[in-house]
Amino acid sequence: MANLPSEPLLAISGVTKRFGGFTALDKVDLIVRPGERLGLIGPNGSGKSTLVNCIAGTLRNEEGAIRFDGRDIGKDPPHRRTRLGLARSFQIPRPFASMSVVDNLRIPLVFAAKQHEKLATSHVTDEALHILQQVGLGDKAQAMSGRLTQVDMRKLELARAMAAKPKLLISDEAMAGLSTSEVDEILALLSGLKEQGVAVIMIEHVMRAVMKFSERIAVLVAGRKIADGDPKAVASNAEVVTAYLGQ
Amino acid sequence: MSNRVFIVAALTVALVIIAASRLIPNDYVFSAAYTVLQFIILATAWNILGGYTGYVNFGSAAFFATGAYSTVFLYKALQQPPLIVMIVIGTLAAGLLGLAVGYLTLRMRGVFFAIATLALAVVLYTFVVNWDYVGGARGAYILQPRAVPFGLPRYIHLLYSAMVLMTALALIVARTIETSSLGRGLAAIRDDELAAECAGVPTLRLKLFAATVSGALMGMAGTTFPYYLSYVEPSAAFNLSYAVNSIAMPLIGGMMSWLGPVIGAVLLGSVQQVVQVTISSAWNLLIVGVLLVVFVTLAPNGIMGWVDAWRRRKR
Repeated sequence: MANLPSEPLLAISGVTKRFGGFTALDKVDLIVRPGERLGLIGPNGSGKSTLVNCIAGTLRNEEGAIRFDGRDIGKDPPHRRTRLGLARSFQIPRPFASMSVVDNLRIPLVFAAKQHEKLATSHVTDEALHILQQVGLGDKAQAMSGRLTQVDMRKLELARAMAAKPKLLISDEAMAGLSTSEVDEILALLSGLKEQGVAVIMIEHVMRAVMKFSERIAVLVAGRKIADGDPKAVASNAEVVTAYLGQ
Repeated sequence: MSNRVFIVAALTVALVIIAASRLIPNDYVFSAAYTVLQFIILATAWNILGGYTGYVNFGSAAFFATGAYSTVFLYKALQQPPLIVMIVIGTLAAGLLGLAVGYLTLRMRGVFFAIATLALAVVLYTFVVNWDYVGGARGAYILQPRAVPFGLPRYIHLLYSAMVLMTALALIVARTIETSSLGRGLAAIRDDELAAECAGVPTLRLKLFAATVSGALMGMAGTTFPYYLSYVEPSAAFNLSYAVNSIAMPLIGGMMSWLGPVIGAVLLGSVQQVVQVTISSAWNLLIVGVLLVVFVTLAPNGIMGWVDAWRRRKR
């Protein structure tokens, strides 16, 4: 095993991202341990998605370091990070619309999971169907992904991230606009990843879900991390309450 | 059908076509078939980058002309080397150009990429017009060798046979890519490049590969062109009809599979041949345009897409 339990899986230090004159992230530090469930919250425009993009590599941070699984990934392109075991879902679903649902999962299985796991080509389809069962899309495997409902597309987003067989999965607002029962469905799904040893960063506005899910919560406001710790302590933190309620 | 079976089948069909055509006494048939085959290669090659990967290349003529002018250059520089040498080197040269175009995809996509490839064709055209060694604007005469190998009666038979084999090769390459995991990666790029990259697809490497192979095959189709006409000039080698046809044919046939460009090229290519003989070659592009408009409105996924949809409804 590459990781001792105490060593963080993901370690971000001093990450700064600017868009022109606007500083979207200002010296953000963040740590995620193997198998940990972290909630990342903050008001709209606080830099949550920018942070996800910097971690996933779709944006390059100007300053700071990002280490994953014991190596510096700051200069790696996104696909290499995914192959190392860092997968993300998108806030607005981005399915491969010309492909069936099961074919959507084949992409990360072939291009990411197979790179670091021994996965026989003949097992790719089985594995894809297995993951679809897990997220409740088992009966829609052959449907065209572009014609799914919004809820199903979100499930597909998660399924596709899971198919990369990550060590860390970043779920970017997978639950926005979903009903209570649908939120519970996705929560159960993300919680189930813990048993597989997958760490999860959950970005979410649905506070009920965040509180229920997270072992630890980090709060971003205007590009700065203002709180990081036990969910109950963070939720009662005066600065966090002010930021959220705008008082 | 496995790849190996397809390769054997494609080559067998190619050899049968070559053998059967010995029975045809009329040289015009060779000339017409040569043109249609040339378009099959162009359409198939274009489709690897345009259809599979989703990067619309408007500069097909640049690649075709690179193949053609590489032959002109070799004809002069090496005093008429064997045809196979010209084919191989022309293909490699166009492949290099394709690689360069692949790097364009780093910064450009959609309509900007299309315009850049069109600009590339214009730049290369200007370069060739001013390059005296290969004939410049005057053009160059390329004499067919007197000795025809393999006991073939005339040189056009050799060109035609080479074209049949090159077509088989292009189809084998296209289908192999399509059915491999590489093809899935290209399709993911076409659907959503960012999502593909985040799913572990090395998008840049795959795009470079697709652009190189696409360019190389288009160039290959051009390598025999100077011998075919015995005379090359820039406005013939860089003709707009190559760019238009190599886009229109996959679009009409269907861009999702290797068969689409073949159907489109056979259909459009033959119609153009017939029109050229019966009416006038000036009508060719007009007909392509009209067919394109008809298909884009009535069958946006081409003939293959239309057939697929029809099959699904029947089920």
